[in-house]
Order: sequence, then C-alpha cells, then structure tokens
Amino acid sequence: MDTTLKINGEERVLQADPRTSLLDALRHHLGLTGSKKGCDHGQCGACTVIVNGRRINSCLTLACMHDGDEITTVEGLGTPEALSPMQQAFVTHDGYQCGYCTPGQICSATAMLEEVAQGWPSHASADLSGGMELTDAEISERMSGNLCRCAAYPNIVDAIRDAAGKGER
Amino acid sequence: MKPFEYLRAADRGTARRDAAMPAAAYIAGGTNLLDLMKLEVMQPERLVDINRLDMKSVETTGEGGLRIGALVTNSDLAAHETVIADYPLLSRALLAGASGQLRNKATTGGNLLQRTRCYYFYDTAMACNKRDPGSGCAAIGGATRLHAILGASAQCIATHPSDMAVAMLALDAEVEIEEESGETRRIPLREFHTLPGDTPHIETVLPQGALITAVHLPAPAGGTQIYRKVRDRASYAFALVSIAARVTLEDGKIAQVALAFGGVAHKPWRDPEVEKALIGKAPSRALFDTAADILLADARGQGDNDFKIPLVRRTLRAVLTEATGGAG
Repeated sequence: MDTTLKINGEERVLQADPRTSLLDALRHHLGLTGSKKGCDHGQCGACTVIVNGRRINSCLTLACMHDGDEITTVEGLGTPEALSPMQQAFVTHDGYQCGYCTPGQICSATAMLEEVAQGWPSHASADLSGGMELTDAEISERMSGNLCRCAAYPNIVDAIRDAAGKGER
Repeated sequence: MKPFEYLRAADRGTARRDAAMPAAAYIAGGTNLLDLMKLEVMQPERLVDINRLDMKSVETTGEGGLRIGALVTNSDLAAHETVIADYPLLSRALLAGASGQLRNKATTGGNLLQRTRCYYFYDTAMACNKRDPGSGCAAIGGATRLHAILGASAQCIATHPSDMAVAMLALDAEVEIEEESGETRRIPLREFHTLPGDTPHIETVLPQGALITAVHLPAPAGGTQIYRKVRDRASYAFALVSIAARVTLEDGKIAQVALAFGGVAHKPWRDPEVEKALIGKAPSRALFDTAADILLADARGQGDNDFKIPLVRRTLRAVLTEATGGAG
C-alpha cells in the first residue's frame, strides 16, 4: 500500500507491506539508516524518532499508520557541517562509545527538552504542576527509555544538561 | 509477523463494523499489540486503525467529573492540568509506567487492554492457557518473580501490568464502551477486568467488536493521594507491587479510603473488606497490619514471588503511614 510521509521536511511516498514498521520503512525503503534497530520491541530506544513533534519508538508503530505525518530522524536534526546543538553537545561531552544508541539518544533528548519546556512533569518531579529544574535525576528519569549498553550515561547526561542550559535545541 | 489486512477507520461505526469481522483487532498506540504480533503471540488477520477517530479530548462532565477520550495518550493525560490538580495519583501512576517514548504512543483505552508480561505468555515455545487455551501453564513451577499472589487459578498465575488502571480503580473509574450495535454503556472499572479461572484467555468483560470510547472519573473526592510503585529498577520497569491510595482523615480518624493494588493479580485488585476495616478508625501500625492481614488472607506465593506477600504488607504500611501523616 502507498503511504505518504513527510520526512525531515521532504515528502516521500512509501510502497510497502502493511507489516512494515516505521523503522524498517526509514532504513530499508527510504535509505535513512541513522535510526537504529536494537531490540525491535520498544525496550532500548535506539529507533527513537520524532513524529509530529513527539518522540516515539519507530519499531513499535506501522509506517502505514503515519500517512501524512511529519517525521524527524537524526538526519533531519543537523548535518555533519552544521550539527544541531544536541548533536554538538554529544560530540563535546563524548556522549557515546560505540555510537549505536546515539541517534536514538539525540532524537529522544531533543524532544524531551521540548516536553520539559511544555511543563510536563516526570516520575522524578517533586511537584507535578511544572516549573521543575532539569536536575540530573530528571534527565535520567526522562531518558530511561534509551539504553546505552556501553554505559556512557554520565557523559550523555552532561551533554543533555549542556544543550538544555544553552536554551536552544 | 503474520500478514493482516489493514483497515483505517474514518468513523466509529465503520470501526465497529470492521472489528466485528473474524480475527479482527483494533489498533491504537500499538505499543503492546505490535510487540506481540512480531512474536506471533497475537495473530490478528485484520487491524482496524482507530487513530483517526475523534476520541482525543479530556472534558469536564456534568457531574463534575472527567471524561477521558480513549485515544488520549498516557503523556497527555499525565500532564493534563485537571488530572494533576484533582486526580494526582493518576498522573503519578502514568508517570511511573513505561518510558517517555511509549507514553507518547500508548493510549487510555489501550492501556486498559494491555496483556500480561508473563514470560511464558510471550514465549510461543511454552505452554500457556492464555495464549493457547488448554495447553497448560508453564509458569506454575517455573520462574514466577512477576506473578500473582491473589486470585490466581490452576490454569493461570499471570498479573495485569498496568499502572494507570490501578490508579483508575482507586478513583472509581468507569469504562465507556460502544457495542457492535452502536449502543453506548458504562462498565465500572472494578467489574471490567476478570480473574483467570478456567478461561485465562478472557481478560475483560468487553464484548467482541465493542470499542472503548472513554474512561469516566467521578467528581474529585479529594483526600491525600499516593501512588507507590516497587520495582526491580528505578525507572522503566513493571511493578512488583504497586499501591494506589486515596485517604481522607476527619477528627483523627480515617473517614474515606480507597486502595488499589497492582502487580499482585490478574487484574488491578481492590478489596472492600480492607477499606471497611480502616474506615472510622484512628490510624496506627496495628490497624494497618490488620488491613494487610485481611488483604493477604488468601495470598499464595508460587516460590519466586513469595517475597511479594511481605512486600505488599510493608508497602501498604508505608503508604498508609504517609497518607495519614506519619501516624503509623
């Protein structure tokens, strides 16, 4: 079946079996291999992309369910010549070792800061009604859907804190 | 994943008609269904995509309560200002569940219908009466850390995994459904999920083809609200035990109390006898232990999960102590 997706600002028409996950559509059908397949069951976060402004696991959704949706992958956040602030912060703070989880971490962190800006509370927030400070505990809780088996977590938290502090994403 | 026909519903009538066909399933967030379809634990032949239906709003009702559309995401509900102000334990329960990515997809209706995370249900090489009725239960006598201590049967010892539903049970929620005929009715959440008995493949009283359209919360009852979740890691893990509590004190005595328990049974668990034992009494450790005795009178461990029995008792004591201002 045909599905029209607006990916990184560009309209793409996907022809694929309805079983195709959004992740497989991006990687295998559309050549966008930045998003990674880790567990393929929504447990690791390596496949995280931003759909209509919200981070989701692209492995746990069907591409055909996203007809007309706007999708941002790590390729759409910045380029090697012009990194996004979050991408630059990961480079500056060495927020990775093998790098496999990194595209998912960066997409997730980028959208997470938007959630914070909208005042969404988290399990780590003492007060549900917003205005929380983005402490390391808040960053860890809000990023718990992105695993890093190299355990680069301290540097990932440093990178996100840095990108958040600059007030830009 | 087995092949299926994909049907995108433009309106509720079409959705119900399509879902009435054999081996059809609704798909909303899909975070649990697609996981299970990849493993071929679930094999629907038709997927009815309801994501375009108009069920995404949260509205105040004429009775002063809240009507939560079935497609409201867990993220939106947790951050909703009325939920935060009047039903904070629901917000807390939602935030204690899953991950940021999953909460952005998971819906209110879907959360109620999510399946157990019993390892044997997920492993198609294993006997499971829930997945394959009559095949047996490999969990009994197996690894049972996540399993039930209350209301289990010789056919199934699985637990319901939801945090949201536990909070909604303590809030006396009702599930609004549309039957295949188009008739709308509400089912109290306490009657919605079923115990396994001899039919563990049946998990709710939802009729075939019926569509969950909303969840209703009654007018806010106030009181101190707590959701306490005990799990194997600090974030992004299912509950070993969870407790949703709503407690109102008057003149040093417990005037109103609602307690719902997660991680202990095939459904979110609520025991009116426990609440009766607390009402009208001054909070004390002895009282909380009496409540735990009543709750756990028929509790039975399976080996690996024996620890849940003292864990429920201690968590109940901690929650009631906090809710009553440290009196325990």
